Amino acid sequence: MSVQTPTPTTGASASTRPQQKHENALPRWVPLAVFAAGAALAALLSALTGFNVVLFVIYAVVLGTLAVYVVSRVAEGRRRATDRLVTSVVTAAFGIATVPLVALVWEVIGRGSERFDGEFFGASLQGIIGEGGGAYHALMGTLIITALTTALSVPIGLLAAIYLVEYAQGRLKRAITFFVDVMTGIPSIVAGLFAYALFVLIFGPGIRLGIMGAIALSVLMIPVVVRSAEEVLKLVPNELREASYALGVPKWRTITKVVLPTAIAGIGTGVTLAIARVIGETAPLLITVGITNATNFDPFDGRMATLPVYAYYQLTQPGVPPQFAIDRAWTAALLLIMLVMGLNVVARLISRFFAPKTGR
Amino acid sequence: MKLSTKTRATTLSVALASTLALAACGASNETADTASSSGTGSSTELSGTLVGAGASSQQAAMQGWTAGYSSAQPGVTVNYDPVGSGGGREQFLAGGTDFAGSDAALDEEELAQAEERCGPSGIFELANYIAPIAVVYNLEGVDELNLPPAVIAGIFNQQITNWNDPAIAEANPDATLPDLPITPVNRSDESGTTENFTEYLAAAAPDAWPHEPSGDWPVAGGEAAQGTSGVVSAVGAGNGAIGYADLSQAGDLGVANVGVGDEFVAPTAEAAAAVVENSEQADDADRPEHSYAIELARDTSESGNYPIVLISYHVGCIEYEDQETVDLVKDFMTYVVSEEGQQAAAEAAGSAPISDGLREQAETAIDAITVAG
Amino acid sequence: MTATRTPSDQSTTKPPRRPGDRIFAGSAKGAGILILVILAGVAAFLMAEAFPALTAPAEEIPGEEGLVSYIAPLLFGTLLSAVIALVVATPLAVAIALFITHYAPRRMAQGLGYVVDLLAAIPSIVYGFWGIFWLAPKLVPFYRWLEENLGFIPLFAGPTSSTGRTMLTVGLVLAIMILPIISAISREVFRQVPTLHKEAALALGATRWEMIKMAVIPYGKSGIIGGAMLGLGRALGETMAVAIILSVSGGITFNLISSANPATIAANIALDFPESTGIDVNTLIASGLALFVITLAVNMLARWIVNRRADFSGAN
Repeated sequence: MSVQTPTPTTGASASTRPQQKHENALPRWVPLAVFAAGAALAALLSALTGFNVVLFVIYAVVLGTLAVYVVSRVAEGRRRATDRLVTSVVTAAFGIATVPLVALVWEVIGRGSERFDGEFFGASLQGIIGEGGGAYHALMGTLIITALTTALSVPIGLLAAIYLVEYAQGRLKRAITFFVDVMTGIPSIVAGLFAYALFVLIFGPGIRLGIMGAIALSVLMIPVVVRSAEEVLKLVPNELREASYALGVPKWRTITKVVLPTAIAGIGTGVTLAIARVIGETAPLLITVGITNATNFDPFDGRMATLPVYAYYQLTQPGVPPQFAIDRAWTAALLLIMLVMGLNVVARLISRFFAPKTGR
Repeated sequence: MKLSTKTRATTLSVALASTLALAACGASNETADTASSSGTGSSTELSGTLVGAGASSQQAAMQGWTAGYSSAQPGVTVNYDPVGSGGGREQFLAGGTDFAGSDAALDEEELAQAEERCGPSGIFELANYIAPIAVVYNLEGVDELNLPPAVIAGIFNQQITNWNDPAIAEANPDATLPDLPITPVNRSDESGTTENFTEYLAAAAPDAWPHEPSGDWPVAGGEAAQGTSGVVSAVGAGNGAIGYADLSQAGDLGVANVGVGDEFVAPTAEAAAAVVENSEQADDADRPEHSYAIELARDTSESGNYPIVLISYHVGCIEYEDQETVDLVKDFMTYVVSEEGQQAAAEAAGSAPISDGLREQAETAIDAITVAG
Repeated sequence: MTATRTPSDQSTTKPPRRPGDRIFAGSAKGAGILILVILAGVAAFLMAEAFPALTAPAEEIPGEEGLVSYIAPLLFGTLLSAVIALVVATPLAVAIALFITHYAPRRMAQGLGYVVDLLAAIPSIVYGFWGIFWLAPKLVPFYRWLEENLGFIPLFAGPTSSTGRTMLTVGLVLAIMILPIISAISREVFRQVPTLHKEAALALGATRWEMIKMAVIPYGKSGIIGGAMLGLGRALGETMAVAIILSVSGGITFNLISSANPATIAANIALDFPESTGIDVNTLIASGLALFVITLAVNMLARWIVNRRADFSGAN
């Protein structure tokens, strides 16, 4: 998951800021003013055709960009005009990307805060008809299954990363690195099917257990842990290892006492991000753990409820009247987002506060 | 370095401890409240666990039953696992559960297996959950809509595509039908509702409906939505849409009257219970004594019967190995078929309470449950 | 991605081997091999459970026309939705990566990158909720407009779905979901473009866009392609968002804005699995196996492209 791997930014582009000095270059304020004029025209246009925020923004961006292009084309020539056009387009692209993020978070908070109350965290759905009830059982299920997943994935992932960085050589190393990368792309539903197929061979059809979900999620989590731990272990300066060897410390003690403590902040960040990745997974849990209304603390016996599956079923199979269940579904979605975002923040905090002072 | 590791460990253990503390509280609504047991109806105090699995169609009703039953018998836990009808029958026949919930009666092969599971006296099959399926529509200015079976089949088979079609107009002389394309909405997931609806179409309008009954919607090209609520919101979202959904979920949508014989019947609990009452029992010769499998009269022409209903059965053994299970099954099933139990299901799931005739039948079956040997 | 030299190459002066060393090295190696075993296990167990469906007579497969005609429309839907997502997301992601690396104020760049990464953190089921309640209804007028003005193109033939739960909506949601992964990888390769190349272009009098066109894009091209392939792999396997949003009614069609859409493999599994028994389960697992093979192939190709670039880049 290179998306979430905390790689240090090199800032290579820092020194390459182009100098926008040209004899007939426009002063800085002109493009902005021209853009504003275009936007004003857009406001007029959308006022004529019936005001609509979305249309206004689209008109404003298009007309503003066009105005800047034309003015620049006349005053500065074709090449500079193209440059300004691309600047607008690229900035607009970033703007477009933030729209879904803002809209989504806004929507989920708006609808989810309805039932964000004590009962939601204190009660399950056992014997609840219509109003009330909560997701206590689902929250517990999510925590238990995620904890199990972490307990399974972190040792395997960490050891594999240690092997890749400290021991492995040659073809096996290349094979593992490659397939770990490939594994990060396994669809989550396939991981779920794998866990199901595995347990069906042992226990017969129709089996649903918490541990099955943990195994399915481990398939998704292990490669993420390996990748992030590998990156971090590579950053541990070799001098530290050599100093340790020079003192006659065996290699395994060097790794556990020198390398791992040095890298612990990065590993912590990576593991936290990996947890954030799997905690919101729905599909594998849907087919391996199922859903139940009562609290079940035992992942080795029967179905468990988990937050994402709970949200899914509350939305698609509400009771009578449906509104109460749909409110619960949105609150579960809000809780999920908060968990994931919270874990992301925790990960950043770990890397900020516990980062080794020794690094490069 | 040392310090930071330690700090982290402390934070972690604090977090873990608080999680455990939270876990120790348990869900506020699940504390077994033994003090307030008043015992409505049942004479003895029972305890134990009853395990069932099966159709998800009756899950909401089962929730009503378990909630109501637990106030009568607080010592008993009833677990119902909504694995689907087929899975429920499979698990029951394999001996994994005490009873099954199933949208369909057992077939011959399964009956043979049931003899292995339950012994020679076989099983009971009780139609304890009856839910009318409504044809819901969203059409501005049309408050009442009458639809004969052939027209419903035509609409859902996408042969009738506009609301001003003469076939619809013929059945609705008083309504002003707009010139508007019809958007039929169906379930996208496999479901008992779809199976019963297609079964109805195949039986009541065989000429207009060329497809086999199945839980998967057979016609391509309609709007499809996930779950009953999905269908209801999809119909609600588009003017000119029509779909099928549990009556209890129809909400503000228009509900069509369905043609039965010469009249049009609105879906009501009474009309749904009536059609079940008037339907024939499956051929008794092949089936065990207490299997009350119903062959629904989908093509009924009887007045006041509403033929589009979903029936879900409870399947269990007549003979169980031990007395405890016998007591639990008997007591729970007695509650389920009682007026009180049916009322609980009606409140929780909007189902139609079973008729007195069905209740008597069920009670004779429940009385017959004994310990094997 | 950053090919830092690994310490294992240099530790030729081995410290003495002891039992502790052997156990530790052995378990580390075991964990590494275990990962390969898990991957092989995924394939093996899926095959074992898909086998009954592969050998079953055609009538027993749902739809009664055999496994191939069961999976074909699903496969079509899977590819169609993923391709729409890819076509929409790739240019956008590259533009965003350029914005963050070359246009945004330097101090804000990292924060902006984090904002885009947040899109990857949102669980897919929440995208489903948002897509069906917020995005789909808002797109209906746009689809109406497409039908009226561009209806001659088969893609927009209509009739427009009244709920907006169409293949195009799904494609757009998938595009948002794969945006972060493509832009993250593009960002990384754009950062690695040798400063000398860029300064050389600027010294010749190139504008910023010309510099990007001449130095940055050619250098990062294979990185962009690899990132796009990874995004494709993600879009192919996406389950819950599709299952919730799409109006599934089977059949192969290129019509993107009507309510009749083929399902995707993953969404079909999520929709039908909870209620299935017997051979139906095996059939679903067989379709899952097909999905696994496709995503595996796409991911392997993508990684190969990305890794090849790392080998030749000369950035190190």
